[in-house]
Amino acid sequence: MSNETIQSLAGQEYKHGWTSNIDADQLPPGLNEGVVRAISAKKHEPEWLLEWRLKAYRHWLTMTEPTWQKPTYPKIDYQGIIYYSAPKKKKEITSLDEVDPELLETFEKLGISLDEQKRLSGVAVDAVFDSVSVKTTFREELSKQGIIFCSFSEAVTEQPDLVRKHLGSVVPFTDNYFAALNSAVFSDGSFCYIPPGVRCPMELSTYFRINSAGTGQFERTLLIADEGAYVSYLEGCTAPQRDENQLHAAVVELVALKGGHIKYSTVQNWYPGDKDGKGGVFNFVTKRGIAHENAKVSWTQVETGSAITWKYPSCILKGDNSVGEFYSVAVTRDYQMADTGTKMIHIGKNTKSTIISKGISGGHGDQSYRGLVKVMKGASGARNYSACDSLLLGDKCGAHTFPYIESQNASAVIEHEASTSKISDEQIFFLRQRGLSAEDAVSMIVNGFCKDVLSELPMEFAVEAQKLLGLKLEGAVG
Amino acid sequence: MTKPLLEIRDLHVAIDGTEILHGIDLSINAGEVHAIMGTNGSGKSTLTKAIAGHPDYTVTSGDIIYKGKSIVAAEPEDRARAGIFLAFQYPVEIPGVSNMYFLRAALNAQRKARGEAEASGADFLALIKEKAKLMDIDAGLLNRSVNEGFSGGEKKRNEILQLAVLEPTMAVLDETDSGLDIDALKTVATGVNSLRSPGRSFLLVTHYQRLLNHIQPDFVHVLLDGRIAKSGGKELALELEEKGYAWLEQAV
Repeated sequence: MSNETIQSLAGQEYKHGWTSNIDADQLPPGLNEGVVRAISAKKHEPEWLLEWRLKAYRHWLTMTEPTWQKPTYPKIDYQGIIYYSAPKKKKEITSLDEVDPELLETFEKLGISLDEQKRLSGVAVDAVFDSVSVKTTFREELSKQGIIFCSFSEAVTEQPDLVRKHLGSVVPFTDNYFAALNSAVFSDGSFCYIPPGVRCPMELSTYFRINSAGTGQFERTLLIADEGAYVSYLEGCTAPQRDENQLHAAVVELVALKGGHIKYSTVQNWYPGDKDGKGGVFNFVTKRGIAHENAKVSWTQVETGSAITWKYPSCILKGDNSVGEFYSVAVTRDYQMADTGTKMIHIGKNTKSTIISKGISGGHGDQSYRGLVKVMKGASGARNYSACDSLLLGDKCGAHTFPYIESQNASAVIEHEASTSKISDEQIFFLRQRGLSAEDAVSMIVNGFCKDVLSELPMEFAVEAQKLLGLKLEGAVG
Repeated sequence: MTKPLLEIRDLHVAIDGTEILHGIDLSINAGEVHAIMGTNGSGKSTLTKAIAGHPDYTVTSGDIIYKGKSIVAAEPEDRARAGIFLAFQYPVEIPGVSNMYFLRAALNAQRKARGEAEASGADFLALIKEKAKLMDIDAGLLNRSVNEGFSGGEKKRNEILQLAVLEPTMAVLDETDSGLDIDALKTVATGVNSLRSPGRSFLLVTHYQRLLNHIQPDFVHVLLDGRIAKSGGKELALELEEKGYAWLEQAV
């Protein structure tokens, strides 16, 4: 590709970098027991939850920030972060008309209409702005089938037993540094429960948006598919362009009971920082699902944003014949870094897991696949297939693979394949010779490379993800 | 006299600063079939890449005039959209992109650039079925990733399929015959022959005379060390087959 083309394409900028001017109800920056209590009080939480938060906070104090990951980052000042920021409510909102118009506009800009017309596309949306859930659509319709889809805070009030039973059951607050922090200060998130035998009739979706400066986003998602239930859930994320790094430390817990099936898809496009690596979101997230007998937990992620993406959506295959899947596309360009992968823990008999990871690196981007396949003693007949492919655009980027395999059962079959390739000038020339522009050529090659993962996304989001990849990679070939 | 479709004037081409073509003159009228023959390293492929606009091939002097305009500064996609097609000697693989999807994207990119209506799914399906039949390509190949796991013959036939679908004005075929068995060669030749028309010109680059038994050229040029050593009618190809290239080298 000619230098000029590269220059002009490299100018592609982050499209969600604007901020909204919305009155926010914020706590001052800093973290101590008082802040944890204040968050809990603002949300009118029951005593047990406050106790849980405090235990998590005290545990966090005893922990040290991990350093084993490949990406390095400047020290995070935990006392400099605002742990609670909510759009100021003038009064209780009962209908969409009463939501701050600026806020509605924000979501319109993101292409997420909270309006009733969303009905047409058949996607139920929960929108989380800074740390607070703004609006959940389709609640009444879903509730007819016994499906509960609401903000985490509402669930605490309305479904205390379900929340109390499952909160921390998959990711305990002792799990890791960021999970402990989240457990102490999480402010909202999404909650979903699908009753036995019910197949959720629409895609459930949460859009996360960080707006206020200096805030961290600590949301918590809990999804429960009861026996034989099915749900497909998607989360999307964006944030404004800011010079400072913003911390996003979320926790997602999935519980698939006997025969349940949860499909969880992520299209992550947090602000990645500028061309020189200034600013951007630290996306340090703990995601884990537990699959009981004959259950299935399936993760699909398209990670294109964030300065640093550091996460391992994992599956605990506890029940016999349970299935875990991880399909991932991660893109790093400019100075983005990613250390991502999965953990598949085979506990039950005849458990099966599949890992398909596609890493794309351009510019000075650097990424690692890090994955663990662990087969416990009792997991006879366990089977895993992993394929990790990296695609390099240019010669200043990096791709690394760290597969860990631990098997304690001789009957287990574990396969691992890995490849690294480069987009070749000849491929690009070939496509241009057939009449495609240089950008379309790169986008076609990359989409082809990611096909196995993109085909796992729900249809309407697959198209979005394809476009996003195209935009993301324009000018990334040097 | 009508103007030639493609006119190459004193063309010098370099790769990484090394000059490969040292002044090529070639004029192709609409509807003509020209063959370029020559030994390995004589500059045949370089000429085809220069016509198509490969960024690694620098035109250091001279000109390429297509439809009356110089194209040496044009991007490869703009040349393609104007009707220049190159069938590659070594077609590349594009994993994960189905042949069908790729062909439709290419066709529509060209149509759009020319201000024509894009082909709908149904129209395209009908078109591709007809063309695939012509090239003896089965449906399975259309749904597989572009060239991935194709045999050598399948790759070459696939190139001609693209030619048939895109219907260029100036088709350049770079050693499309190499590596083909006789049946595949015949299929390719039948495909090319069926595409010959008064408005479409061909430039066939080949090593061997045998392709020219099946595709009758109007003119044959012999390339030696980056220059055209001799031009003639189709009988020149037979002469080369008989005598080899050595006599020409001495003549130069």
